[in-house]
Amino acid sequence: MNLTLHVWRQAKASAPGRMERYEAKDVSPDMSFLEMLDVVNEKLIADGKTPITFEHDCREGICGSCGFMINGVAHGPKSGTTVCQLHMRSFKDGDELYLEPWRAKAFPVLKDLMVDRNAFDRIIAAGGYITARTGSAPDGNAIPVPKASSDQAMDAAACIGCGACVAACPNASAALFSGAKISHLGLLPQGQAERERRALRMVAQVKAEQFGNCTNIGECEAVCPKHIPLAVIARMNRDYLKASWKDRGAVKQDESA
Amino acid sequence: MSPATAAGSQNRALRFFEATIVKKAIVAVTGAVMFGFVTGHLLGNLQVFLGPERINAYSAFLKSNAELLWGARITLLIALFAHIAMTIQLWQIKNAARPVGYVKKNNSHSSLAARTMYYSGPVILAFVIFHLLHLTLGTVHPHYSETDVYANLVYGFLQWPVAVSYIVAVGLLCLHLRHGISSMFQTLGFNHPRHTPRIQAAASVISALFFAGYASIPLAVMTGVVRLSSMSL
Ligand code: HEM
Ligand code: FES
Repeated sequence: MNLTLHVWRQAKASAPGRMERYEAKDVSPDMSFLEMLDVVNEKLIADGKTPITFEHDCREGICGSCGFMINGVAHGPKSGTTVCQLHMRSFKDGDELYLEPWRAKAFPVLKDLMVDRNAFDRIIAAGGYITARTGSAPDGNAIPVPKASSDQAMDAAACIGCGACVAACPNASAALFSGAKISHLGLLPQGQAERERRALRMVAQVKAEQFGNCTNIGECEAVCPKHIPLAVIARMNRDYLKASWKDRGAVKQDESA
Repeated sequence: MSPATAAGSQNRALRFFEATIVKKAIVAVTGAVMFGFVTGHLLGNLQVFLGPERINAYSAFLKSNAELLWGARITLLIALFAHIAMTIQLWQIKNAARPVGYVKKNNSHSSLAARTMYYSGPVILAFVIFHLLHLTLGTVHPHYSETDVYANLVYGFLQWPVAVSYIVAVGLLCLHLRHGISSMFQTLGFNHPRHTPRIQAAASVISALFFAGYASIPLAVMTGVVRLSSMSL
């Protein structure tokens, strides 16, 4: 099949960008979306032009590197699927596709479809950890975890940090991501020691990164390749409101630093 | 990678009111207060269908206790003011968070009500101001009477552009509430696999009933169902 692509081209972070049109010819329905772009890029290289930059690594939907908007939908039309796992059989001959990078102040475009997502790493560094003793591995079942908590924690832990939630959110909010990270550890016994501090610090970092605020719209949940539920945002709100009320007015210095 | 390179406030807890989650919680609590008012106000207004004596007596009863009346008015004004002040701040934060928009953006996964909260809100505010000038202060009313609420309603809604704008405004209010009623639970941290879908269903039903109830009054005047006995039809 043949497709028309309109792709955001931007040479570097500080350069202006614009949409450019490309024809993708003889596309096999069995190709993944990224393989289709590989073929387009080979032709661009053969023609002496700059290939389209997009981020990718595992290409099996687990690392969270890939992702861009296809016709205004993060990761494209297939639910629960990263763009690397999206196949061209999801499209039809003659389709016209608009490819754009994630758009958020906190995710500056580095080049073409690739954005800088270090803001997510800084949010994790702010509180997305637990304190654990080093040394030999602990006994498997030494700490009992209720089944319901472990299921919910696993659902939240499925987040691969791709950034689709921010991209899809009309407010450019990172609530689904931070909610997933805060819930994942906050649901487990191992995560209790830092639970309040984690919520306070990670939410503070989200704000420092200039993400928007959540208005419970739900676009994020719909595009999340791991189907992280909005419930994680309610859990984050609960943890944060509780911790922040106890702590109100205080400007705390970091005890551990 | 060095943590906290961006504006770096990670080493301190945000002051309580700086956090968007707290600002949003204030929106939810003040929204709930106003929702309570909108519920009571509807029940009060529907007495227009029981005739002039009933609703005029009800109005006199409300005005008879100045402490309660002013207590409620001041509470509502504070709620409205805080609701708006917080949403203006959140609106600014949200706008700054995406300086470059999309050429194409599909928002088909969310409800119209949720996406239009920042638009339905200001229209409701304009309506609230007009409504107070119209039926509470009488400034923009053709035949205002301090004591005859029933006649105020009839004369007010016989001006059809006024009646139509009331219907449109309460429509937007109900759209606002359709998202707001369930959103406030999520905002305050309540989400449950069994109860959340029920709350959402209840929000749809309640907002539809509210629309029917509020819109029925101007409609009843326009169609002559509610009229003054001195008027011949
Ligand atoms: C007068 C101007 C008003 C403005 C500008 C306004 C604006 C907003 C905005 C922007 C939100 C947040 C949307 C979201 O989080 O999805 C909101 C939420 C809400 N509003 Fe209003 N609103 C107004 C009046 C009202 C009134 C009169 C009521 C009640 C009758 C009301 C009830 C609510 C409720 C219950 C919420 C849900 C809170 C939440 O999402 O947690 N609002 N409003
Ligand atoms: S490349 Fe790893 S998730 Fe797509």
